[in-house]
Amino acid sequence: MSSRNNLPLLAFLTAGLLGLGVVLAFVVAPEDADQGISQKIFYFHVPIALTAYACFGLGAWKALRLLWVGGERRDLESYTWIHQGTIFGALTLITGSIWARASWGVWWSWGSNQLVLFLVLVLFYCAYFMLRFSVDEGARRERICAVYALFGVALIPVSFFAIRLASDFIHPTVFTRSGPQMTHTMFTAFLVCWAALTLLAYVMYRVELVGKRTDAHLRELREALT
Amino acid sequence: MSQGEYVALAYGVVLVFVLVWVAIIATKLVRLERETGELAELARGRRSDG
Repeated sequence: MSSRNNLPLLAFLTAGLLGLGVVLAFVVAPEDADQGISQKIFYFHVPIALTAYACFGLGAWKALRLLWVGGERRDLESYTWIHQGTIFGALTLITGSIWARASWGVWWSWGSNQLVLFLVLVLFYCAYFMLRFSVDEGARRERICAVYALFGVALIPVSFFAIRLASDFIHPTVFTRSGPQMTHTMFTAFLVCWAALTLLAYVMYRVELVGKRTDAHLRELREALT
Repeated sequence: MSQGEYVALAYGVVLVFVLVWVAIIATKLVRLERETGELAELARGRRSDG
């Protein structure tokens, strides 16, 4: 089966995994002794954040390939990955904010470095779109956007490790050097949700890419016919 | 709000985001279909002219 026509299969697999993840998180995994039911947000919040990092990372990788070997399609791929990263980044902030309200009693804490760093990361990539749409289409825009996407990727390890290096310890650290601090069923539910949300991001990426490419082909066709 | 309502809100937000994304893609698909139809019409007109 070619990579082009496996999209419906991937979409169905995503839907199935999402459903399974929700069942595992709410029915199979036990309730957390400390946080109670609000801990259930973890099963979507953390995978969404990890998926956002992956999307930004893949956007930067495509940008690097563009600068390295060229190719207009890589610009579109980098742009689409960054778009997915921004969607998942915004979802991370919203679900995290709801979890913070449920657990800490506040929607946001400016004193927490990891929250502020993640916000900076998302805002940095929001500015990518402003940059992209303020420069005329062409090779110059492709290079400028690629360089910007590469700069942004430096923020990912800073944001990721801030959770471990933070001195305030407000944000919980579930994955330590001694392994995941949760039961096997909780960890299984987490892994299934992570796989489902990563697959969701990939399916969304592929659908958007098909749309953008069709758009470009139609533009070319219109130019040729008129 | 209770803890359970916050959990429902968090999962609901994710669902709404995905549905909004589907609506945006559906709108784009409708536009692409319209534009393809216009181009097909243009091509048919050219063929009948030539």
